[in-house]
Amino acid sequence: MSRVEVKKTYKLYVGGAFPRSESGRSYEVTDSKGRFLANAALGSRKDARDAVVAARKAQAGWAGATAYNRGQVLYRVAEVMESRKAQFVEEVRAAEGLNPTRAAAAVDAAIDRWVWYAGWSDKFTQVLGGLNPVAGPYFNISAPEPTGVVAVLAPQSSSLLGLVSVVAPVIVSGNTAVVVTSFNRPIPAITLAEALATSDVPGGVVNLVTGNPAEMAPWLASHRDVNAIDLTGVADTDIAWAELERAAANNLKRVRRPLIVDGSAVEPDWTLSPGLNRIESYLETKTVWHPKGK
Amino acid sequence: MSSTPVDTAVDATARARDLLGVSRLTNSALTAWLHGLPGVDQVGCEARAAALGTRSIKTDSKKWAIDLAISMIDLTTLEGADTPGKVRGLCAKALTPDASDLTAPRPAAVCVYGDMVATARATLGTDSGVNIAAVATAFPSGRASMAVKLADTREAVAAGADEIDMVIDRGAFIAGDYLRVFDEIAEVKKACGSARLKVIMETGELVTYDNVRRASWLSMLAGGDFIKTSTGKVSPAATLPVTVIMLEAVRDWLDLTGEMVGVKPAGGIKTSKDAIKFLVAVNEVAGEAWLDNHWFRFGASSLLNDLLLQRQRMTLGYYSGADYITDDAPSLY
Repeated sequence: MSRVEVKKTYKLYVGGAFPRSESGRSYEVTDSKGRFLANAALGSRKDARDAVVAARKAQAGWAGATAYNRGQVLYRVAEVMESRKAQFVEEVRAAEGLNPTRAAAAVDAAIDRWVWYAGWSDKFTQVLGGLNPVAGPYFNISAPEPTGVVAVLAPQSSSLLGLVSVVAPVIVSGNTAVVVTSFNRPIPAITLAEALATSDVPGGVVNLVTGNPAEMAPWLASHRDVNAIDLTGVADTDIAWAELERAAANNLKRVRRPLIVDGSAVEPDWTLSPGLNRIESYLETKTVWHPKGK
Repeated sequence: MSSTPVDTAVDATARARDLLGVSRLTNSALTAWLHGLPGVDQVGCEARAAALGTRSIKTDSKKWAIDLAISMIDLTTLEGADTPGKVRGLCAKALTPDASDLTAPRPAAVCVYGDMVATARATLGTDSGVNIAAVATAFPSGRASMAVKLADTREAVAAGADEIDMVIDRGAFIAGDYLRVFDEIAEVKKACGSARLKVIMETGELVTYDNVRRASWLSMLAGGDFIKTSTGKVSPAATLPVTVIMLEAVRDWLDLTGEMVGVKPAGGIKTSKDAIKFLVAVNEVAGEAWLDNHWFRFGASSLLNDLLLQRQRMTLGYYSGADYITDDAPSLY
């Protein structure tokens, strides 16, 4: 007797829990060849709003953790992913149509990226901040601080490596993230959510909403309780991202534009060493003057 | 306030005698009457409350509901650490709930401890439309002698309180000494003069829904102008099923006596969504007449800010954030 297949209907990851979409909607996710994989929740603007509330609630605590501790937490994500590697490889292979070797390489790179960013948690402040020379008996110190809640439009193509490469630099400094995952390739993101939920990342620090970025992005771009938005995920879509930038100006959000090549937005090569640029995009510089004394 | 004092306590007792059909109001008469009320179907009541909570209120209706809910708030601070500055901040918030949008309605009242009434009055003036409610009668426990409770009430009224929120003696109620509870409410009502009296039953301590129904009827019988769920100091506070029972009680009281009594859920109502559920219940259970801040109030503090955020969202067309709204109880030390 053959076993009845367990069909999956995935949910969102918001505030450390896995709620259904408020809208009750879901959509069919297929592999690169169009075969049915699973049902995913089709997130709505209200799900995005709930995610912002969860991210805001978690932000002070996460930013208040020591940099050393945040590094440990990020490293722990790498550990959890490592032990679910086979699942990730299979899902990335199905989503992106890679051969097993390439898929394994992408998963390895994604895990290594967590480790790489984990290492930077208590070091980027030294590199990006510092002591400014001033003409007076003062220490003038610039220290980078997290900007707050960051909305992230995750890349559409690179379902895991690209996703980790945009999320880790947001949270490493103490920001919290509301991530709209790849529309057609959400399964690795959902499994990442399961990895995050079983690691030490506090609930609400990363919120993953599956669904259509064209539907949710305008609400996140105009949301006054969002401090920055990463538009990476508009690459290779027909989303009018200039409109998003305009909406973001309303509350002076930081905007990270997509990579532009020949006038159009494209996805970057995620295998390159990332550098500090992404971390730097979501920081505010606090400068203090302190009397030097003798 | 009328210059010829009306002995409302005598009136309350006389009316109670009439209603109960007895020649002398005794505890056993009250007990027989209260225990003769139909029992509450717990499962049915909770199912009804849950069903009322599923109504979807959209666009224009939602806008109207939000403004109505704001106008029904008793903006509250009841902490041991309340300072004159905090009370002034609360009053400033009541006068200008949303500095970015002056069309936002003012809440119905501020609710403070009796010793803060004078401070609140000095900030609010007399023509702001915002009333001052003071908790009295040894709030929140109610464990003091009658003389102390009455003095507490009289002081708050003398200092300028428009409304008095009293607590019943839950110990006496649960012990079955209904006459004592009745007399206390009637005496306090007399001490209130023209101030409206809200009777806090502290439903979270009353154990059963049947007791909530009995306490509601007892409070109305003794002359309460409002029945109020909770002090906000005990959990659970204002739940929807309890409020539904109270709304049924005021509806039936109107049928029986022709008098309208208000309802005030207090404590634990924090979101616009929750508030709108309560408004749906008011409309469906008690009726449209109660959709007015003279007859229905929310005892809350953080609820106001959530309502203002939703209001901004509807006015602006995009989501707002806490940075665009003042603290719920801003401190002006």
